[in-house]
Amino acid sequence: MNVAGPDYRYHTLVVTVENKSGVLARVAGLFARRGFNIESLAVAPTDDDRFSRLTIVVDLESAPLEQVVKQLDKLVNVVEIRELHPGSAVERELMIVTVEAEPDRRDELVEQLDRAGGKVLSVGADRMMLSLVGPPKRIDEFEDLLRPFGIVELQRTGRVALPVLDEDA
Amino acid sequence: MTTTPMDGGQALIRALENEGVDLLFGLPGGAILPVYDPLIDSSIRHVLVRHEQGAGHMASGYAHAAGRPGVMMVTSGPGATNAVTALCDAHLDSVPLVCITGQVPLAAIGTDAFQECDTTGITMSVTKHNFLVTEAQDIPRVVKEAFHIATTGRPGPVLVDIPKDIVDPNSPRSAMEWSDEIEMDLPGYDPNVEVDPAAIAAAADLMRAAERPVLYVGGGILKARAAEVLYQLAEMTGIHVVTTLMARGAFPDSHDLCLGMPGMHGNFTAVTAMQEADLLVVLGARFDDRVTGRLDGFAPGARVVHVDIDSAELGKVRRADVAIQGDCRVAIEALIAELQANGLGDADRGAWRSRISGWQERFPLAYEAWEPGQALKPQYVIERLRDLSPDDTIVVSGVGQHQMWASQYWRFDHPYTWINSGGLGTMGYSIPAAIGAKAGMPDRTVWAVDGDGCFQMTAQELVTATVEGFPIKVALFNNSYLGMVRQWQEMFYEERYSEVFLSKDVPDYKMWAQSMGCEAMRVDDPDEIDAAITKANEIDDRPVVIDFRVMAEEKVYPMVPAGATNSDLVVPPSQADLSR
Repeated sequence: MNVAGPDYRYHTLVVTVENKSGVLARVAGLFARRGFNIESLAVAPTDDDRFSRLTIVVDLESAPLEQVVKQLDKLVNVVEIRELHPGSAVERELMIVTVEAEPDRRDELVEQLDRAGGKVLSVGADRMMLSLVGPPKRIDEFEDLLRPFGIVELQRTGRVALPVLDEDA
Repeated sequence: MTTTPMDGGQALIRALENEGVDLLFGLPGGAILPVYDPLIDSSIRHVLVRHEQGAGHMASGYAHAAGRPGVMMVTSGPGATNAVTALCDAHLDSVPLVCITGQVPLAAIGTDAFQECDTTGITMSVTKHNFLVTEAQDIPRVVKEAFHIATTGRPGPVLVDIPKDIVDPNSPRSAMEWSDEIEMDLPGYDPNVEVDPAAIAAAADLMRAAERPVLYVGGGILKARAAEVLYQLAEMTGIHVVTTLMARGAFPDSHDLCLGMPGMHGNFTAVTAMQEADLLVVLGARFDDRVTGRLDGFAPGARVVHVDIDSAELGKVRRADVAIQGDCRVAIEALIAELQANGLGDADRGAWRSRISGWQERFPLAYEAWEPGQALKPQYVIERLRDLSPDDTIVVSGVGQHQMWASQYWRFDHPYTWINSGGLGTMGYSIPAAIGAKAGMPDRTVWAVDGDGCFQMTAQELVTATVEGFPIKVALFNNSYLGMVRQWQEMFYEERYSEVFLSKDVPDYKMWAQSMGCEAMRVDDPDEIDAAITKANEIDDRPVVIDFRVMAEEKVYPMVPAGATNSDLVVPPSQADLSR
């Protein structure tokens, strides 16, 4: 079992679980009662409707990764756990955000948005709703960039991840 | 494939019969009613308990003694919540147990219906796994899965919650087709592990080289039915053995290599040998805090070989130099084969053996002699019980001082003769668990060793024992106090006794026991002890309760104070000045 080096505080686990009611509660309950902290969590069905996939970013300050993985593996409904090392995984996150956009600042905002590769989802009299998909770090940076405009509401999905492909894959 | 139409209730009973269930501990109620009807026509014997917690501990005692999963059945709501303590108890002590609970009909779930509770939600963290069955057709498969999960890998309790309408023949939802071909569907559960030969070789190398090795043996040995191979390993290597509270009897106390129980109330030699060891070979044990004391001072010079079926235990508390995931019996057999093939090494253990025998001579378990005018010495009562009862007597303990004295002063020479609540420390465990043990091993003498605080929590199950015909014997260590709490208040709270005194004369235990159909005696005088025990051992047609009036001031020694390291073990006053 591979364990991330001490320099990484967060680690991503991609967990395949049976698609049954109560499974998310089992995972969340395990983290709560063992004192493991979740940084982010994304859940969705897979291409096989018997299974769902959880992408869990674990805060390793709260517990060693090995314990988290072994305890998760004991849950009867957990089918597979893949550890994604930071640096060898492709991670994506979606943010949608409503920002203050007075007409005189709107060009500036759209320019920033274009540079980041985001989209305009909705336009109001003094506000705009935007979306951006990207690695979590870029989402963080874009969020900082928007702050001076005035963020009205913001929603992030939490990250999903898959391993980087080998050259021969 | 032939199928037989039946209703879910019939299917549930048939599925239990298929699993070889001969005894079911339970108490009926509204939601589980439809299952109790086909039970009348079944070969399964039902034991009607007086409280659902009792059913759970009976199932646990049965599983410990008989080596088969214990099974209980209760109704929804309060029936299920009353079972929670027993489930948690079984979870912490890895006891294979299957609990069937009634549930309100599917359409009523989530409506705060009468006697509705979120049973699977409540028991999620105190079971190995649980199920809410929503289709009658799934009942045989889920029952099979429940027994499989409960009894394989690291054993534990599994709960199956059954909504009323899938078992009620008046409901169309209960119709199902029984088939003898039942396929489990557990893609995330694989208890089979292969023991890694390289790890076995590494462990054997450490054992060959060790000059001060100790086999630290836990309850996993008993779960793996590994007592015989453990005996072989110890005899072959000459390495001393400590047996934890969950493993008493896994290695015979009368063997020269047995050092007895380690831990907070372990004997001096067991505790000190672990502290001074250069190698701990940990077999089915989990470095519980009651064994290690303050962790950073535990066995500081020891390397660790750790064998456990549950990989999450490896490295959870103490880093292992060699971690071996696997069944203890398989791993020990592999170790024996390795040592036979490649030799035992030539490490010089002479000095270590003489240190150990020196500790044993200077620091035996000890208590002060009885003096006229005193109440009974509890340790002496245990010694007399031990000496006057059959060699293979099953001892089932409650939780507290009496539990520690029983573990210390009994001489366990056979596996599966000591049953207690180790992990959860559930007061009231002994009487129902003793009933379960007697149900599983009807030809054996079963003594419940209980305290007066414990007795008042579950004594009503003596009614069950009488009515259902389980002639257990109860040695009640009555000191009018919650004795272990009193001991802590005396030693660590400046003798400020807070809410530990029960009552000198209320209840009258003899009258209470008699009213429940038991033979009852009361013993105040040391001269009466033997006669009372002998009489109790001769009675086999009803339960017996002996109210032993024991000293409230007596304390359990040795003791590692909370927060101290095991090197700071407090010995009895008579040994305090001896050099260690």
